[in-house]
Amino acid sequence: MASIGVNELLFLLQGLKWTIALAAIGFAGGGLFGLGVALSRVSTHAVLWRAGAAYIAVFQGTPLLMQLFVVYYGIGLLGVNVDAWIAVAIAFTLHASAFLGEIWRGGIQSVPKGQTEAGKALGLHYVSRMKDVILPQALKISLPATIGFLVQLVKGTSLAAIVGFVELSRAGQIVSNQTFRPLMVFAIIGAIYFALCWPLSLWGASMERRLAKSAR
Amino acid sequence: MGYVLDFGVVYERLPELLLAALSTIGLAVAGMSLATLIGVLGVLTRTSKSSLLRIPTIAFVEVIRNTPFLVQIFFIFFALPQFGIRLNPTATAIIALAVNGGAYAIEIIRGGVESIGKGQIEAGLALGLHKAQVFRHIVLKPAFRAIYPSLTSQFIMLTLTTSVCTSIAAYELTSVAQRIESDTFRSFEVYFSITLIYLAISGLMMALFSAISKLLFSYPVR
Repeated sequence: MASIGVNELLFLLQGLKWTIALAAIGFAGGGLFGLGVALSRVSTHAVLWRAGAAYIAVFQGTPLLMQLFVVYYGIGLLGVNVDAWIAVAIAFTLHASAFLGEIWRGGIQSVPKGQTEAGKALGLHYVSRMKDVILPQALKISLPATIGFLVQLVKGTSLAAIVGFVELSRAGQIVSNQTFRPLMVFAIIGAIYFALCWPLSLWGASMERRLAKSAR
Repeated sequence: MGYVLDFGVVYERLPELLLAALSTIGLAVAGMSLATLIGVLGVLTRTSKSSLLRIPTIAFVEVIRNTPFLVQIFFIFFALPQFGIRLNPTATAIIALAVNGGAYAIEIIRGGVESIGKGQIEAGLALGLHKAQVFRHIVLKPAFRAIYPSLTSQFIMLTLTTSVCTSIAAYELTSVAQRIESDTFRSFEVYFSITLIYLAISGLMMALFSAISKLLFSYPVR
């Protein structure tokens, strides 16, 4: 039975780097496209509205693991040769855009209608009505749920391990196979994820309490 | 030379996939039932006056909700044999699903119980209802109604999470798909098809849950 030394820990940290990178890319890309999804969901255009609803239903109704598989092998079929991490990052971006889109749709719809009407009465066009009036309020309301989803996303990146991508969980599997100390290794891996996610969860929860208080 | 999609291999082995889908549903139902049990018991310890019960429950909930299911299932898979418990992958998967779902259920159910105003319970007692009647009509039913949407969407999440059980080779839809994939090398066709099966399963569950909610909660609130 080999011991877990500095080399093994460094290998795990390499994996952690990819876990953070995947979550960051997924969150940033998902945020960008998610805004589009949210806006399509609150638009009055029937086609846009339906397309947004279908997009969200598909991503919320299928396992993240399948989304990874389909995007991963689907990109291969297109004949473009991309690195594994790009394929995985695209999958997380699509996944995040559907969930963030749905969260922000809720935020936008909870902003009172009078705000939109006032914007229109003041002669503001769509972009500035959204950018300056509706979205800042909507984002503030949806911040706790957004942080909650970020935690889900960090945990979700672990599924890239099943596709064979070496992030924190896959690095853990490799070290576990080398050292034959699965319990110890997975306890360390779990502790690293916890150290990453728990502060975010606490932050989200405290923000939710503050928002609930100010709403009263 | 372009790649030609061929869903024939999927069609040939459809019976195998549908059987595996039933196993996925079985895993999900077992996981949901045990998770609800853990949820109800956990609320009792979570709201207990004894810190000996309360603090471990809080720790359990926080640890489970802030670590990935994949790591949890690996940990359980390797931890149980250390205590001399040897279970097959399917039983291990059910335990992992129950533990994971249970932590979320504790928080959801606690929210529902806390949403019942104390005045309601006092009013019930003042009207001469028994404690059991108060619990059933004033606490349980409205609390259940309040948590029903979040509990059922958590159940659907749990059903989708069963796909991760392929990592310990439990018998379910994804692991069977992986086997078919390695036989046929038709990765995209296989995974695309089972994605549709998952979509159908979650769609059916949503329809079922909303039908149940219409049946149970159609009484007026005020």
